[in-house]
Amino acid sequence: MWDYVKLIVLGTIAVLAAIGANFAHDLPYMVNAIVVMLAASITFVWEIRHVGEVRLHPANEYMDGVVRAGVIATTFWGVVGFLVGVVIAFQLAFPQLNLGNITDGVLNFGRLRPLHTSAVIFAFGGNALIMSSFYIVQRTCGTRLWGGNLGWFVFWGWQLMIVLAATSYVTGGTQGKEYAETVWYIDIWITVVWVAFLLVFMGTLWKRREPHIYVANWFLLSMIITVAMLHLVNNMAVPVSILSSQSVPVFSGVQDAMTQWWYGHNAVGFFLTAGFLGMMYYFVPKQAERPVYSYKLSIIHFWALIFLYIWAGPHHLHYTALPEWAGTLGMVFSIILWMPSWGGMINGLMTLSGAWDKLRTDPIIRMMVISIGFYGMSTFEGPMMSIKAVNSLSHYTDWTIGHVHSGALGWNGMITFGALYFLTPRLWNREGLYSLKLVSWHFWLATIGIILYASSMWVTGIMEGLMWREVDANGFLVNAFADTVAAKFPMYVVRGTGGLMYLTGGLIMAYNLWMTVRAQPARAPVNANNFVPAE
Amino acid sequence: MELYSLLREFADSWVLLFLTVFFLGVFVWAWRPGSRKTHEDIANSIFRHDQKPADVPQTEEA
Repeated sequence: MWDYVKLIVLGTIAVLAAIGANFAHDLPYMVNAIVVMLAASITFVWEIRHVGEVRLHPANEYMDGVVRAGVIATTFWGVVGFLVGVVIAFQLAFPQLNLGNITDGVLNFGRLRPLHTSAVIFAFGGNALIMSSFYIVQRTCGTRLWGGNLGWFVFWGWQLMIVLAATSYVTGGTQGKEYAETVWYIDIWITVVWVAFLLVFMGTLWKRREPHIYVANWFLLSMIITVAMLHLVNNMAVPVSILSSQSVPVFSGVQDAMTQWWYGHNAVGFFLTAGFLGMMYYFVPKQAERPVYSYKLSIIHFWALIFLYIWAGPHHLHYTALPEWAGTLGMVFSIILWMPSWGGMINGLMTLSGAWDKLRTDPIIRMMVISIGFYGMSTFEGPMMSIKAVNSLSHYTDWTIGHVHSGALGWNGMITFGALYFLTPRLWNREGLYSLKLVSWHFWLATIGIILYASSMWVTGIMEGLMWREVDANGFLVNAFADTVAAKFPMYVVRGTGGLMYLTGGLIMAYNLWMTVRAQPARAPVNANNFVPAE
Repeated sequence: MELYSLLREFADSWVLLFLTVFFLGVFVWAWRPGSRKTHEDIANSIFRHDQKPADVPQTEEA
C-alpha cells in the first residue's frame, strides 16, 4: 500500500515538474524543474522495481550503508568544490578565464563564486556532517539509526538540493544573500530534508542504550536545531510567482542586513564550528585511543559557545547603517567567544597528552591536530578582526577571505579528511588504509597550500586596506580602486597556487580511499554483509 | 506599552537574570560533587558498542 502511495506521489511530482518547466518564467526555474522531473522519474523507476520488497532493519546491526554513501559523497563534493575554488582564484588573477564571450556568462566569477562556497560548505561540509552524525550517534547511543530508510531520504534529499543549487547558480538564480543564495523553492526543500535529519538524529538519541548523551551529540544536535532556526528566519520571502525563482524578502534595509549576518555568522558558528566540534569530540579521542582530556571542559565549551555565538553577527556590519550599540555588542561577544574557543582547542589537543608520540607515527592524528591548531588560530583571528579599529582596515579586503579559508581549509577541511581516513577502513571492513605515505603527502600539500593561501591574503588584504585609506596632503585619496587590483596580482597567483596544492591533496586522498576499498585485504566478516568493522 | 518596549523590559531584567543564572549554573553543575565518575564513564562510552548495538551478544550471527 505504502509503496503505491509513494509511486503516485513521485509520478505526480514528475508531471508537475514537467509542466513547471514548460511554463517557467525564468531560466533557473526551468532548469531546476527539469532536474526535479528527472530526480522524481529516476526515483519512480527505482521504486517500481522494488515494490513489495521487505526492507530489513535488523536492530542488532548498525545502519552503515548511508554512512558509506556519505563518505563517497563527501570526497566527491570536496574535490569538486576545491576545483571550482581554484578556477575562481585564477579568474581573479587572469580575468580572461571568465570566458564571458564564449559561455554567455555561465562560468563568470559572479556565478561560480556561490557555486564554490555552497559546494564546499553545504556539499562537502554538509555531507561530512550528515555522515559523521549518523556514524557517531549510532556508536555513542549503542543503537541502530532511527527511522528505517529516512536516513537514506536525508542523504539523497541533500544531494538533490546540491544539484538544484548548482544548476540554479550557473543559470543566474540567486536571492543575493551570502551563503543563503538558494532561491525560495530550494529553501523549502532544504527545510524538508533538514527536519527529516533532525527526526532521525533525535529518534536515535531517544532510543539510546547508553544512559548519557555523549558531548559530540550535543554539538551535533545544536548544529541541526540552530541551522533550522537560522534558515527559516533568514529565508522568509514571498515568491513573485509559483512559476518563478524570484522572491521578495520580508525584511528590508538594515533589518534585512542584520538578519542576514545573524544567519551568516551563525552558519559559521553552528554549521562549521559546533557541527565540526562534534566530529572533533568523537574522532580525535577515537583515533588517539584515549578519552577526551576533560569532559567537564567540554560541557563548558558547549554551553559557552551556545550562549555567546548567537550575538556575534553584528560585527559584519561595523560602520554601516546598523546602530553603533549593536555593532559594539557584536564585537564584545566576539571577543568573549575567544575564551571558550581556546578552551575547546586545549581540550582537543590535550586529549593527546601522554600519547604525543602518535604524532610521529600516525599521519591521521597529525591531520586532526593541525586542524585543531587552525581552529585555535582562526578563533583568535576572528575576534581580533571584529574589533572596530581592526575592522576598519580589514573589512571589504581579502584579509577576510584569508581568515575564512584558514578556518575552512584548515579546521573544517583537515578534520573532515581525518574523519574520512578514520571511517573508510572501518566502514568497508579493511585492514587499514591503502597507503600512509599518501596520507603524509596529502597532509603536507594541504598544509603548505593553506599557508600560501592565508599569508598571501594577509599581505594583499592589509595592503589594499592601507591603499584605500591613503590620502595626500590635501586630503584627497591617493589610489583608485583599480590601482589596488593591479597591485594584488602577485598575491592572487600565490593564492591560486596554494589552492591548487590543496586540490591536489584532495585528489590524492580520493585515490587513497578508493584503493583502500579496492585493493586492501578484507577483514574476517562479522556478519552477513561483511561490512560491520571487526576489531 | 508598545510590544518592543515590553519585550525590551523583559529582556533587560528577568530574561537577563535567568540566562546569567543558567549559564553560571552550568559551571556549578559540571563541578558538582561526585560528577567525576559519571564524566569518566561518559567520556569512555565512545569505546563501547564499536561494532554492534548494545544488548546484542558479540557472537557470530547472520
